[in-house]
Amino acid sequence: MIYLDNSATTKPYKEVLDSFHQVSTTYFGNPSSIHQLGTEAEQLLSAAKRQAAQLLQVKEEEIVFTSGGTEGNNTAIKGIAYEHVNRGKHIITSRIEHPSVLETCKALEGQGYDVTYLPVDEVGRVSVSDLEKAIRSDTILVTIMHVNNEIGTIQPIEEIAEVCSRYPKLYFHVDHVQGLGKVPLSLEKIDLCTMSGHKIHGLKGTGVLYIRKNISLFPLLHGGEQEFGYRSGTENLPGAVSFVKALRMTLEKQSQDKGKLADIRQALSEKLRDMEGVILHDSEHHAPHILNFSLPGFKPEVVIHAIEKEGFIISTKSACSSKNKDESAVLAACGLPKDRTTSALRVSLSYSNTMEEIHSFSLAFQSVKQQLSKVMG
Amino acid sequence: MNYDHILIRYGEMSLKRNNRKIFVNQLHENVRLKLHDFSGIKVKANRDRMYILLNGQDPEPILDKCKDVFGIQSFSLAIKTDNEVEAIKEAALYALENAHAKTFKVTTKRIDKQFPIGSQDMNQVLGGHLLSNTEGYTVNVHQPDVEIVVEIRPEATYITSTKIKGAGGLPVGSSGKSLLLLSGGIDSPVAGYLTMKRGVKLEVIHFHSPPFTNERAKQKVLDLVARLTEFGHTIQVHMVPFTNLQQKIHQHIPHGYSMTVMRRMMLRISEAVAKQRQILSLTTGESLGQVASQTMESMHAINAVSSYPVLRPLIAMDKGEIIPISKEIKTYDISVRPYEDCCTIFIPNAPKTKPRLEKVEFFENQLDLEEDFQEALQQIETMEVTANRSAEFQDLL
Repeated sequence: MIYLDNSATTKPYKEVLDSFHQVSTTYFGNPSSIHQLGTEAEQLLSAAKRQAAQLLQVKEEEIVFTSGGTEGNNTAIKGIAYEHVNRGKHIITSRIEHPSVLETCKALEGQGYDVTYLPVDEVGRVSVSDLEKAIRSDTILVTIMHVNNEIGTIQPIEEIAEVCSRYPKLYFHVDHVQGLGKVPLSLEKIDLCTMSGHKIHGLKGTGVLYIRKNISLFPLLHGGEQEFGYRSGTENLPGAVSFVKALRMTLEKQSQDKGKLADIRQALSEKLRDMEGVILHDSEHHAPHILNFSLPGFKPEVVIHAIEKEGFIISTKSACSSKNKDESAVLAACGLPKDRTTSALRVSLSYSNTMEEIHSFSLAFQSVKQQLSKVMG
Repeated sequence: MNYDHILIRYGEMSLKRNNRKIFVNQLHENVRLKLHDFSGIKVKANRDRMYILLNGQDPEPILDKCKDVFGIQSFSLAIKTDNEVEAIKEAALYALENAHAKTFKVTTKRIDKQFPIGSQDMNQVLGGHLLSNTEGYTVNVHQPDVEIVVEIRPEATYITSTKIKGAGGLPVGSSGKSLLLLSGGIDSPVAGYLTMKRGVKLEVIHFHSPPFTNERAKQKVLDLVARLTEFGHTIQVHMVPFTNLQQKIHQHIPHGYSMTVMRRMMLRISEAVAKQRQILSLTTGESLGQVASQTMESMHAINAVSSYPVLRPLIAMDKGEIIPISKEIKTYDISVRPYEDCCTIFIPNAPKTKPRLEKVEFFENQLDLEEDFQEALQQIETMEVTANRSAEFQDLL
């Protein structure tokens, strides 16, 4: 089986699992307890935090361990909204955010907040000038993803950050879940940034929210004031440690394998481009690990099952929020015609994928397409 | 062309005459230890200057490390060239173009008197070269944005454009060793830091009272020492079990005097450890009048048990002067962790601020503490804290 659905989740590294196991058995004390076991657990937790901070080039007190992307996004968005409601109730985001951002924004709309959903162009990019025009005196938060999970578009985060930094009352949050370890991002001008462990060969239920020093947030979870009060609850020490290990290993791979993902993606896009009936959703602004394409006339679910039989795991991305269950809300937001939005497929890579796998995938895909076109085409 | 060296200027030690070599060697060793993790670099020292050959390493983290080394007055990124006018011109041009500046001035120091062009003439030559090969720069000899310094030495020429202030003081290890009484509070780490600044290598003694004080209090001390290793590489820590002595004192000495007796006992033990370890002085974080044990009368009564010099670098400082230093050296956040230490348990409600020595001695003579004293000495746990402890938990992370 060749796994090409790494944007959905990744296979944990063996070392990460070993670490999780060892921490769970040896350092099971509660980091808040004052006995020896608790002390050791606390030391390990702060070592993990120190290492995460070093890897991300931020300060230790800016790292908050979370349960992953959804929690990170919720904590950031609701945290700012509730804490700074006196400054204003306006939030800016884009139409193609992950549901954990979009649904959170919708929920806030139900509570009287005003949300601007920025449009995107046909490759899925927001326009920085649109964003600037949308900023009002009561805007408290801009939340934009770094890399889109369905089509892999990279947003102009640096330019957006530049704009946001000119408005001191406004916070800028980035959902970096898909970009982490694949597309470099400097946190220098970003106030909050969400990361998730299971997208970088870590474990599900682990993640980090970067919160710039001295930002006050209304916490989702009140309690024992763990994680500087941003997230109470006994720390998931094995999760935190395993996240940091996955982060270290992934960042090492990123610096060693420069260009490998992009080369593989490039090879695949060339093969697919030559195939009849395939339309690539590709541009210079796309991340090196996600390739999205449509096969008009074919039901994506059927294609996925057929290709699975050949030993390849890929995905469709049918957004649950769309009325038509096969339509991709992201592609629809890009203004693409219906035959393309309802027939999209996604191949997403990790550093363990190889050029050979992609060659055999394209051969298999070609033959599956031919077989299916007899039935569906 | 690139900045390929860091040039280090000596501080006060450059005033030494016959002993200068000892100081230079110590500084050389300290810089080498501090930069141990950077592969490929070389540290070379001579009478007047030290040079770090970068060999392609990123200078930024190395510059950062140099800031914590005592004995360094200032340091600069430098380009090394041959003593040839053309090469010097080229390097000076690089230095100017890589500085954020609009105005500049050139200062030539011709230490090599064989060099054919005089300093003033060289300034003219280089200034002219820079002006004719760049646009938008002007010369300002009084307040330039950047000063390009050209040091022509017999062996080579060094070109620098920025000067970073060093930590000053004397290289740690050049002024002997002192035993620092470290409590876990804000003051004693600062006292340790200031003592190290004068070239003193430290060992640390800490009194703990298990089970009344816990592991975290001990860890706190180790964390404080770990911060201090940034300025002195390796520090031995002696953990003294103090419970029995403390309990006895608490039970048998009138409460007003128990604190004084306890401090005297600490000082006796510290002196005994210093003697064993061939350390010639003790260091404390005392500041006059800060607490009951730090009044003139208290210090007199406590100090009477020891003939060792007790260094008190904070004696004349206000709390408001001490705290900024502790923040600067990053011990503050560790110090304020709220764990009990042996000075906060069994603390009398009203310790005497003016204890009388005769009375203290009278009370003490009623008690035989010799056995407990020896026992405490024997049960001392000694550990070593080294800079770069990052190996801890490495397999897990």
